[in-house]
Order: sequence, then structure tokens, then C-alpha cells
Amino acid sequence: MTGPVLLWSLVLLPALTGAALALGGAVRGGGAPGRGDRGGRNGGGRTGGGRPGGTGRGAPAVAIAVAAVTLALAVAAAVRRPAVGVAFLADAPLAMAVDGLSAVVVVTVAAAALLVLVFATAGIRAARPRFFGLMLLFTAAVLLTATATTLPGLLLAWEVMGATSYALIAFDWREPANTRAGAVAFLTTRTGDLGLYLAAGAALAAGGSLTLDRLAGLDGGWRHLAAAGVLVAALGKAAQLPFSFWLSHAMRGPSPVSALLHSAAMVAMGGYLLLRVHPLLESTGWADTAAAWAGALTALALGAVALGQRDLKQLLAASTGAQLGFVVLAAGVGGIAGGTAHLVAHAAVKALLFLAAGAWLTALGTRDLSELRGAARAGPVVGLPCTVAALALAGVPPLSLWATKDEILAGVESPALYGVALAAAVLASGYAGRALGLLLRSAPRPGRPVRARPAESGVLWVLAVGAAGLGALALPPLGARFQRVLGVPGEPSAETATWLGSAALALAATAAAVALAPRLPRPRWALGWLGLDAAAHTLAVRPTLAAARALARFDDALHRAVTGTAPAARRLAGWSAAVDGRGLDRTVRRTAAGVRRLGTLALRPQTGRLHQYYAQALTLLAAVLVLLLLLSLR
Amino acid sequence: MLTLTVFAPLGVAALLLALPRASGRAVRTVWVATCAVELALVSAQWVSYDGSGIGHETDRPWIPGAGAGYHVGVDGLSLPLLALTAVVFLACSLHTPAGQRGLRRFAALFLALETTCLGLFAALDLILFFLFFDLSIVGMYFVIAGWGHGARAARSALTFFLYTFVGSLALLLGFIGLYAAATPHTFDITELTADPPLEGGGAAGPLVLLAIALGLAVKTPTVPFHTWLPPAHTDAPAAGSAVLAAVLLKMGTYGFVRIALPVLPQAWRTYALVFVVVGVVSALYGALVALAQTDFKRMVAYTSVNHMGYVLLALGAAGLVAGSDAQARSVAVTGAVVQMVSHGLITAALFLLAGILWERGGTYRMDAYGGLAARAPRFAALTALAAFASLGLPGLSGFVAEFQIFAGSLGSAPVPTAVALLGVLVTAGLFLWALQRLFLGPAGDRSAGVSDLRGAQWWSVAPLLGLSVAVGVAPRWLLDTVVPAARTTVELVSR
Repeated sequence: MTGPVLLWSLVLLPALTGAALALGGAVRGGGAPGRGDRGGRNGGGRTGGGRPGGTGRGAPAVAIAVAAVTLALAVAAAVRRPAVGVAFLADAPLAMAVDGLSAVVVVTVAAAALLVLVFATAGIRAARPRFFGLMLLFTAAVLLTATATTLPGLLLAWEVMGATSYALIAFDWREPANTRAGAVAFLTTRTGDLGLYLAAGAALAAGGSLTLDRLAGLDGGWRHLAAAGVLVAALGKAAQLPFSFWLSHAMRGPSPVSALLHSAAMVAMGGYLLLRVHPLLESTGWADTAAAWAGALTALALGAVALGQRDLKQLLAASTGAQLGFVVLAAGVGGIAGGTAHLVAHAAVKALLFLAAGAWLTALGTRDLSELRGAARAGPVVGLPCTVAALALAGVPPLSLWATKDEILAGVESPALYGVALAAAVLASGYAGRALGLLLRSAPRPGRPVRARPAESGVLWVLAVGAAGLGALALPPLGARFQRVLGVPGEPSAETATWLGSAALALAATAAAVALAPRLPRPRWALGWLGLDAAAHTLAVRPTLAAARALARFDDALHRAVTGTAPAARRLAGWSAAVDGRGLDRTVRRTAAGVRRLGTLALRPQTGRLHQYYAQALTLLAAVLVLLLLLSLR
Repeated sequence: MLTLTVFAPLGVAALLLALPRASGRAVRTVWVATCAVELALVSAQWVSYDGSGIGHETDRPWIPGAGAGYHVGVDGLSLPLLALTAVVFLACSLHTPAGQRGLRRFAALFLALETTCLGLFAALDLILFFLFFDLSIVGMYFVIAGWGHGARAARSALTFFLYTFVGSLALLLGFIGLYAAATPHTFDITELTADPPLEGGGAAGPLVLLAIALGLAVKTPTVPFHTWLPPAHTDAPAAGSAVLAAVLLKMGTYGFVRIALPVLPQAWRTYALVFVVVGVVSALYGALVALAQTDFKRMVAYTSVNHMGYVLLALGAAGLVAGSDAQARSVAVTGAVVQMVSHGLITAALFLLAGILWERGGTYRMDAYGGLAARAPRFAALTALAAFASLGLPGLSGFVAEFQIFAGSLGSAPVPTAVALLGVLVTAGLFLWALQRLFLGPAGDRSAGVSDLRGAQWWSVAPLLGLSVAVGVAPRWLLDTVVPAARTTVELVSR
């Protein structure tokens, strides 16, 4: 397979299979064309995949096979580093390339997608073609996002990713709250996406190219606009402040959806984009600092939010935003290797935790942490890998996030920034420790044992190994090699003293949180996600709706005003007719009557006043024709 | 061959009227076949067009005394719109059942209407342009008045007729101004373009532009001349709405690209900012008013105001020559032309789908429905695809248009373009909300009557959206035709 074919297949294979599954389900769902309605029978949803003996059964197998081939293609692409491009729009190509950074990311994404799809086979029982089709389509969009080298291609993938996330979050569409949650996610991230439109416009206006790695070379003002646009778009996708609230809503999606969207894919792509365009951020002199602070403050604020949650999935969601904050901080301070390692390790950790939360929801019927007490003990098949991931999330050595986070902090020069990030790390130990403390507590009531099929526990163990060991990417001896793969050799790494200090801090904080788990304070503002949702509603949604209603009322008034001129014109015409004398008037009336007869003959129009309007129109037309004749005779 | 393409539907229309005893099935077959042949003819002309200048040209004297000729031809601006016309009329013929009331006259009227639309996009003479422009208004009047539903159809038809007819008179006044100013006097668009009159300054240029712009703005329509559009759409039959939105509105925007920019370059450049502002206001106003609608068809109608606003923004930005990049401006004009095609495909699909909703549920009120995704999955899937296309999702044609409009206009008009971008957000919100009210959640009181799409209805809508996807993922087949023409337009307006 040649390089270009390899790269095209990487994106097109999941895209086309996904589209065929999702749309095919819809087309077949209601019976073949002309055979009437059968859609109502499908309990599962609009694609009708849940129908016994229907297309639903094959969908998971097809999807898993495609995801496996996609992973193989991703590995091959990571080794071969191909590049392709075709003419697209705005004089820019739709180009893709795999470099060190995207090599790491495409393999991570493809692996996470495969693992999550394998796990989802048991959990998703209804509308399977739609579910697995959309998941593949989403994966394809993420792979294109990770390999796109031009703005049009990036924006294409970026927004398709947003739209498929809408459809996945709103998967169970019978519940209005789910579709609202999907809409919130799509609209909030799209608000950020507008930044990419601005960036593309800035690149064109500066007469430059729409290639991502040339944005740093744009002329003065346009470069600043491009950097601001990309920054806003990435912060929106990565659920950083002030966009974070969409993540909370997104938790209404099925757990496998959360496991993919909020680990290796959607949110991670926000962090990834900033890592990729670091030279652009740096060239402005302000955007890199802004990114660093946005990331650090999000890590701190959402860490506090995570600490305050009662619902396990909400805790994980807030923690996703907080952990991505570290990646964004890394992109701001130029710690590309540390940020990438953190991205990859966090993907394994969070995919595992979301899948475990889903398994408990299925088995125990709850996501409430106080009701999940002892859940990790009741079924070690899920509980043990979950404990590994939670400890990694807490930053406990020698697990992955401990090492990757320190690698990021090594690049932070400003003491204030360092302090905020360190506080955020302690909060991470706090919320992960608290969750773990509750899950491991001896249960007040004997919990039902949580079972998992071999495939499912296999997935969890693979992820657990990743959650434990991926920190090696930030540790010697692999760390330096990883930096070379990414093309950023010589980035600052943590000192031994720092490793030890942060290890001690994380251990102490986690131990305290585990011990004090039920008694840790949970402030109201943290439970409500800092009131961000309410603020967006008050500041954006409500004024827009009010403006829309006011303008609609104005529009009706405008219409009445315009139609109100008709009677006035009629009076004017009657007056002119009287002045003009009977001869012309009669001719006009006769013509009008003739036209009316024609019209009646043709169509029986149902109005009595038509002739009057025609009279006016014909008078005007006659005047114009006379003018025309006069001019041509001149 | 172009002449044959333009007038063949009129001939078939006359034939249908001469055969009063033809059965519904036979009439429908003839109608669909004619539309299919038309599509083939237009495609053949697209394929055989050599890519530069005017192709398939015919120039005969017609009213020599008045300087008007029968001058038709095609180029990169008109071919996509001719093809759009043929596609939309074919979709409408497929959509109409053989049992339609007064099918023979309905088919004849649509075929005649197809001639006027094709003729307008092929016209290279102002009088010819005006003739087709006005005849299309007359044809559409009869469609709404004769086959409209709702008690106010006749009134809406009349509003539509008078409003657009008065607009066309302003247009004619402008054309006469151009004729009078040209030496020698002529209505020929290519001659007027080659040697634009009214370039010397003075009041005549702006006044002529004002007259032409007023006429075209009513047809496009832009705020504040759009109020005829929602009632006309709400009361028109589905096929009528589809043609009105997909093809007739384009006559306005096409007039701007074909006549206003190349023939009045100096006046256009001077007043370009006015068009930018009108475009931005239309885009935002249309989107916001659409957001407040509870009637699905009215909502779609207002999104047309929004989408056509983007076109005007791009064309205005193309006139802001000073300090901006010519390549960026040609990207904007390309986006404007693609937007005309894209909006045609998507809105035709949405109006045909709205027609199906009316036919099954008896109302356009969105609150009366809900949960239709279970009862009518194919209907839901197509509407969702059309909605996402209309809100500009990449991978569909709306994005190819809007991305180029925004990216191309930002350099010449940074603040207006940034403001117009907010319209993208509002349309996203309103379409998601509409989908939610119609298809998702619990069933509404009219949901029970809505069955899924039948064969012909599926085949009338799906190809329109298939084309939207084709433009969205592989736009080159369209852009390779449009881009050279857009570049030429930008050069002409920059003279």
C-alpha cells in the first residue's frame, strides 16, 4: 500500500463504513421504499437496528473489524509518515500528513476507538447500526483532525466531529434532556469553532496560505487574529474555561460515548490543536501566555468542581476538563513532549474510568457516588483496573499521570503559574482519592457482584496497563527518545528532586482524600459547575431569544405596513382614473377584465379585486413602455 | 442547442395544454421525462463548455430599433445555476403525484416556468433578462394562487406578485438608464460589460445602481424588502415553494453578479459598504426572525433571507478593493456563487420535506409534532441531513459556500464579516431546535398521521441532498467552473 492510499484509507474506511451503517439503518428502518411505514415497530430508535433478525446484529462486528483495520492503518501510517493532498476550496488543498505528533495521536485515537467499540458491544442493545455507524464516523473525523495540515481540512473534520458528538450524546433521543444536552455541546463548541473561520479569513486576507504550520508567518495584525481564532476554537473543544459547561451536559450520552469523546478524541483534540500550533501562539507574544493561564486556571477550577460532584460521571467529566487544562498549559509553555504524553496517558485513564462507570450503571443502576460505595470491591473484574486508573488520575507514583504532569510542570517558568498548576495537581489527588475512597469502602449493603465478559475485562486490563505504564513516555530513558520522535529534542525535563517531591505530595493528598472521602467538603458552587451554564443562559441564550421574538414582532408589523400601502395605492389609482377621463379608464378596465377572464379561464383565481391591482400594474408598465419607446426613437 | 434547451419545456407545456384528455399518469410521465431530458441537455452543455468566456452563444437581432437582441450564452456563473434549475424542476416533477388536482395545467405551468428560469440564466441581453424575470413572477403567481393551500393563498399570491412586480419595474428603469447612457445605445450585457457606461462619475451611475439594486433586492430578497417571502412560501404548494426559493430567489443574486458588478463597477465600488451592511443585516435579521418561528415552513423561508444575506455580504466585500487581496475577494465571489447553488439544493429539499409534513399532518406547526424519528425514520434522516447542510456543516455544500464567503470577505470587511459569523451560530441553534421539536422527544398530537416517505418522494429529495454532499466533500467539479468566472468578475469590478 502506498503512502497516500494508506492515509486516505485511514480516514475514508471508518468514514464510509460509518456513514453506510448510520444512514443504511435509517433507510431500511422504515421498510423499503413504497412499502409503507414500519418505523413505528422499532423499539430501539430511528434506525430500527434493534429489530430481531434485522441489520442490528452485524453492526458491532463490522464496526469492530473496521476499527481494528483502522488501528493497523494508523500504526502503519505512524511508521511510514505519509502525506497527501487534493485540491479543495479557497485555493487551498485538503491535505493530510503524519508527523511525530500526529503519529502518536492517530495511534492513540484508533486504539481507544477499537477498545471502546469492543466494550460497547455488550452495553448497546438498541439501534446498533446508528450507534456503531456514528462512532466510526466520529473516529474518522478525529483521525482527519489529527492529520489535517490545512485550515479547510481541519475545519471540515473539526465540525463533523462536533456534529457527530451531538448525535452520539443525543443517542437516546426519546428523552428531551438528552437532545438538549447534545445541542448544548454542539452549539457551545461551535461558538469556539467560529474562531477557525476567523483564522482562515485572516490567513487569506494576509495573502498567505491556509497551511497550519505557516500561520506563524502571517503579517502583523492578521497573525494575531489567526492566533486568537485558533486559541478560542481549541479552548471550546477542550472544554476549558469559560466553555467547560458543555462537558457536564455531555454526560447524558451513553457511557461508551463518554469513554471515547472525553478521553482520546473530542476534548483531547482541543489540546492537540494547541500543541500543533504552538509556534503560532508563541509568535504573537501573548497567545502562549494566555493559553498557559487558561489551562492552569481550568485545571484548578474544574479540579474543585470535580471534588464537589456527587455523580461519578460528572466527577469524571470535570476531571477531563481539568486534566486537559494541563495539556493546554503545556501547549502554552512549549512543553510539547510533556503535553503529548499527558494527552495519551490521560486517554487510557479516562477511557477506563468511563467504561467502568458505565458497567456499574448497568449492573447497579446508579452513578451516584454515595450509592456506589463499595462497588469496586463487589466486583474486582471491574474494580481492580478501575483502582489502577483512579490512582493514576490522583498522580500517585509510579503511575502514568504522575510522570507526565511533572514533565509539563518542568517547562513552567512563572512562579504564579507553577503555583496554580501545583494546586490543581493536589486537587486531582483530592477528587480521585475521594472517588476511590468511596468505591473501595466496605459496602453498607451487600453489593451485587459486578461481572464482565472476557472481552470487556480484557479491554479494561489493556487500558489499565496503559494507565499505569504510559508515564514511561515522560521518564528516562524513553522520555528523551519520545522528544526526538515529536521533533522537540531538549525540552526541559523534571529533576529527580521534583519527581520525589511531587510523589510525596500526591501520596499524602491521595491518602488523606481516601481516608476522609465521605467527609470532604462539597461546596454548592462546585456542584453547579461554577454557574457557567446559568451565565451562558443569562448572557447569550436569553438575550438572543428575546431579540429573535422582538424582531419577529417587528417583522409582522413591517409586513402590515407594506401591505397597508395597497389600499392607498388603490385610492391614488382611482383618483388618477377620474382625472384621466373615461376613455382611458374604460380601456384599462376592459384590458383588466380581459386579463381577468384569461386568469379565470386558466386557473379560477379566487379574488374579486384582482382587476384593480392589474389596472395599477398595467398603468405602470404602460408608462415604462412609453418611456422605452421615446428613448429608442430619440 | 441552448435555445432548444431553454424553450423545449415551453413547447411541451403547450402540447400538454392541447391534450385535454391525457391521463394523470401520462401527463406526469411526460413532465418527468421532459425535466430529465432538460437536465441531460444542460449537463451536456456544461461538459462541452470550454471553461473560458461565453460558450454556446447565440446572438440574433430581435428588436433592433430598441437595441435589444436575442443574445444567450453560458459561462461559469450561469452554468451552475442552469444545472440547479434543471435539477430542482426534475425534483418537483418527481415530487408531484399523478393524482394532483389540475395536474395537466400544473405541469404545463411548471414547464413554462422552467423556460423562464433557464432563459433568465442564459440571457445576455437586459430586455431578455427582464422579460424572463417578469414572466417568472407571473408564472409563480398562478402557482400560488391556483394551487396554494390555506385561506390566504390568493392574498399571499397577490402580495408576492405586486411586490416583486414593482421591484421589476425599478429594475427596468435601471436597465433603461444603462441603455440611455451607453454609446451606441444597447441592452447587450456583454457590450455593456466590455465598455461600462456611467464610469465618468456624476449622479447617474449611483441612481442607475440604486434602481437596479432595488429591483434585485426585492427578488433576492434582502431586509427590508423581504416581507412578501414568508406568506408566499407558507401558502404556496410544496413544489412551488421549492422553485420559488431554489431558483427564483437566485434571479436576484444572479442579477447582482451578472449585471450590477460588471456593468457598474465604479458605482459598485463606491457603495460596496452599503451592500455589505445590507447583507450582514439580512443575514442576522433573517436568522433571528427564523429562530422565533413556530411554523416550520415560515422558519425555512426566513433562513433564505439569512443565506441570501451572506451572498450580498460577499459581493459587497468584492467591491471593497482598497487594501484587500484580489485572491481573497475572488474566493468570496466563488463562495457567493456556490451559495446560490447550495441554497437552491438544500432549500428545495427542505420545502419538499415541509410539503410532506403538511400532506401527512395538516399543519406546519412544529409543536404539533414530536417523536417522528420513530414513525418516519427516512423522513427524519433526510430532514436532519438537509438541516445540517443548511446550518453549514462541513461535508455538505453549505460549508463550501459559507467558508469561502467568510474567509474571502474578512480581509475587505473585517468587522461586518465577524458579525455575520454569528448568524452561523443562530442557524445552528434554530435547526437543532426544529429537529428536536419535529422528530425527537415524545410524540405530539399530529405525529400519529405522519408515515414515512414513499418511493417517489424519497427520490425527489434524496438526490438533491446527494448533490449537496457531492459539493461538500468533493467541490472541485463545481469550483473548477465557478472560480475562473469569479476571478473575471473580481477583475471587472476592480477596473
